[in-house]
Amino acid sequence: MMADVRDLRRRLIKAPAERVIAHAEELTTLDQAIGDGDHGINMKRGLEAVLADLDKLAEKPLGEALKAAGMHLVTKVGGASGPLYGTLFMSLGKGLADIPDRAQMANAFRAAVDAVKARGKSDFGMKTMLDVLGPVAETLEAGSAELTTALRQRAADAVAATKPLQAIRGRASFLGERSKGHIDPGARSSQLMVEAVCDVIEGRA
Amino acid sequence: MSQFVGIVIVSHSPDVARGAAAMVRQMVGEEVPCAFTGGNPAGDLGTDPLKIRDAIESVWSEAGVAVFVDLGGAEMNAEMAVEMLDPARGEKVRICNAPVVEGAVIAASEAAGGSTLEQVCATAEELSP
Repeated sequence: MMADVRDLRRRLIKAPAERVIAHAEELTTLDQAIGDGDHGINMKRGLEAVLADLDKLAEKPLGEALKAAGMHLVTKVGGASGPLYGTLFMSLGKGLADIPDRAQMANAFRAAVDAVKARGKSDFGMKTMLDVLGPVAETLEAGSAELTTALRQRAADAVAATKPLQAIRGRASFLGERSKGHIDPGARSSQLMVEAVCDVIEGRA
Repeated sequence: MSQFVGIVIVSHSPDVARGAAAMVRQMVGEEVPCAFTGGNPAGDLGTDPLKIRDAIESVWSEAGVAVFVDLGGAEMNAEMAVEMLDPARGEKVRICNAPVVEGAVIAASEAAGGSTLEQVCATAEELSP
């Protein structure tokens, strides 16, 4: 049983990290369109530090592991996504004991989304990662007989919905009207992580 | 330890940070402690919360430290750096809402007159609309 939990923790950290790293070029391309073009490479550097520490992270209770992973992102990413994703995972870690049920996860996730809002002095509808994290929090709170299917669908819809938005926060906001017509790279990286976690829950990663 | 408020300059670009610090030096000499940092942990454009924390520590003054940042990620990484400090020190650090070059130079001039952290920041923040 302990070995199973350790393995689950390991996969919950490894899968999202590997998924984002695999899409680093795509994220960079998205960021080149409306930002400073470093989102993919920055996330890759931070998540590689997380993967390098995976054995130790998997030994910790999930909350502690998420806090430590968040700290790696804060210290290694070097762009805005470092403090933002770092805050997301550190806050999530604070709210979770170990492997949570849906209600615990929903509460912790909502608190983490609020922490990201505060860190970025941002809100929903500003064309940021929050535009995926917010809908995902709602889906978690609502619950569903087929939760992972609902989460995937909501996250995918939410990413697509960032395309027509004009950016209000982040480097993309400097473009004003010209930020419309592009998917937000932070929203996309958030969706990739949600999908990877769904894969783990479904036993596919 | 200095009796004057310390100044920390944070830019995505190490060159900008170094250049702004040189302008501060030209204005106030060595009297006001001033540190700068720029670049991400890989040495590319960006910022590094650990280097920002170290910069704050390096100019530590009981009068406090005023931090000047350029763009969004720099501000957030500076906030993370402040949270990494001993909380008693963190309370004496302000991230000023002012342009990095002009803000740092004006703040250093104000600090050299023995002003408090609040006065130093207020003077620099007058530059922001």
